[in-house]
Amino acid sequence: MSDDLIDRLTDDLKPVSAMSYPALLGGALIVGAILATSLMVPWIGLRFDLAAATGTFVFWAKFGYTLALTVLGLWAFARLGRPGGRLRWPLAGVFGVIALTGLGGIIQIMTSAPEDVRQLVLGGSALVCPFYIIVLSAPILAISVMVMRRLAPTNLPAAGFAAGLLSGAAGSFVYAFHCGESGLPFVALWYSTGILAVALLGAATGRWLMRW
Amino acid sequence: MSRPGDTEPRLRALIVAALDGDSRAYRSLLDTLRAQLMRYYASRLGPALVANCDDLVQETLMAIHTRRLSYDRTQPLTAWVYAIARYKLIDHFRRHKVRASVPLDDDAALFARDDASDASHRMDVDTVLATIPERPAELIRRVKLDGASIAEAAARTGMTETAAKVAIHRGLKALTARFAKGETSE
Repeated sequence: MSDDLIDRLTDDLKPVSAMSYPALLGGALIVGAILATSLMVPWIGLRFDLAAATGTFVFWAKFGYTLALTVLGLWAFARLGRPGGRLRWPLAGVFGVIALTGLGGIIQIMTSAPEDVRQLVLGGSALVCPFYIIVLSAPILAISVMVMRRLAPTNLPAAGFAAGLLSGAAGSFVYAFHCGESGLPFVALWYSTGILAVALLGAATGRWLMRW
Repeated sequence: MSRPGDTEPRLRALIVAALDGDSRAYRSLLDTLRAQLMRYYASRLGPALVANCDDLVQETLMAIHTRRLSYDRTQPLTAWVYAIARYKLIDHFRRHKVRASVPLDDDAALFARDDASDASHRMDVDTVLATIPERPAELIRRVKLDGASIAEAAARTGMTETAAKVAIHRGLKALTARFAKGETSE
């Protein structure tokens, strides 16, 4: 019966190196981040005090927080793209990073004057921050979904979550170069909200978008 | 046909060669997988759907081909193929709105044996059995794992057949009670 098929598949065989998988994922992430950056810069721009901000702790905390979540997202994505992959450990890592940032936020609140607390938690952009993160993540999510469709996820909601997590985290990494907020509580609350919103969007749509 | 225990290393060698571009190895791999998949789907589809076996096998071979990028060379090939076959089976049931009337995860696996997971399952079983008294554990091991009959196992442990049956039943019940409330895998 499927002799024809086996003939065709054998004829179509092209080598796949062990590096193809990480190269595909890494390439997709870089392209996505470039797209998000070229969406952001003409639209809302880089923060005007970027040069000065690189000397502050909170700038690097944001950098580290978003980078750590991007790495965890990439890990989750790489696991879920293979059949039988599971979300468990990357997800534990995500909550660990968020909890650590929240803890930093609590310490920052306790060591600040009471009148500064509102600024640390809400800043001037609490309502728009998750929105910007979601919009900047959109091109990355589109690419992630396209890549996941070439892989073999067997748990589609989890694969969607992983794609959304990667996209949301990478989008927030780009956004951190615009965002002028300097409160760790702000990051723990509003960045996490935006990233998790994208992850949940991925989880909700994965079953339809990633079916194979 | 080689001995079942050789399946994993042999197939792994074939796919690694195929991924490096060896089309003869690839053909040999696909031929073996086709036969295994035929058996796998035939045993699971049930009489009403068994006619779809061919389609499912073709679809699975296509998926294996187009998604071979997702195979991790450091992992067992049999586990990768099994996960894909199982996904395709569930997808098939879903599309045909069939409730699975055959167990998806019973012990008649896609491959007769999978040494790597076998060894680790064996260790898990030993750990679990160590939590109940020695005699029932021994009986369960002989009857449920080694495939001995109850009469044989009873004779070995010097019990009557009835007593052995009861001991096995109680032992399994104790294990169920202990592990049923534990976490289930996703």
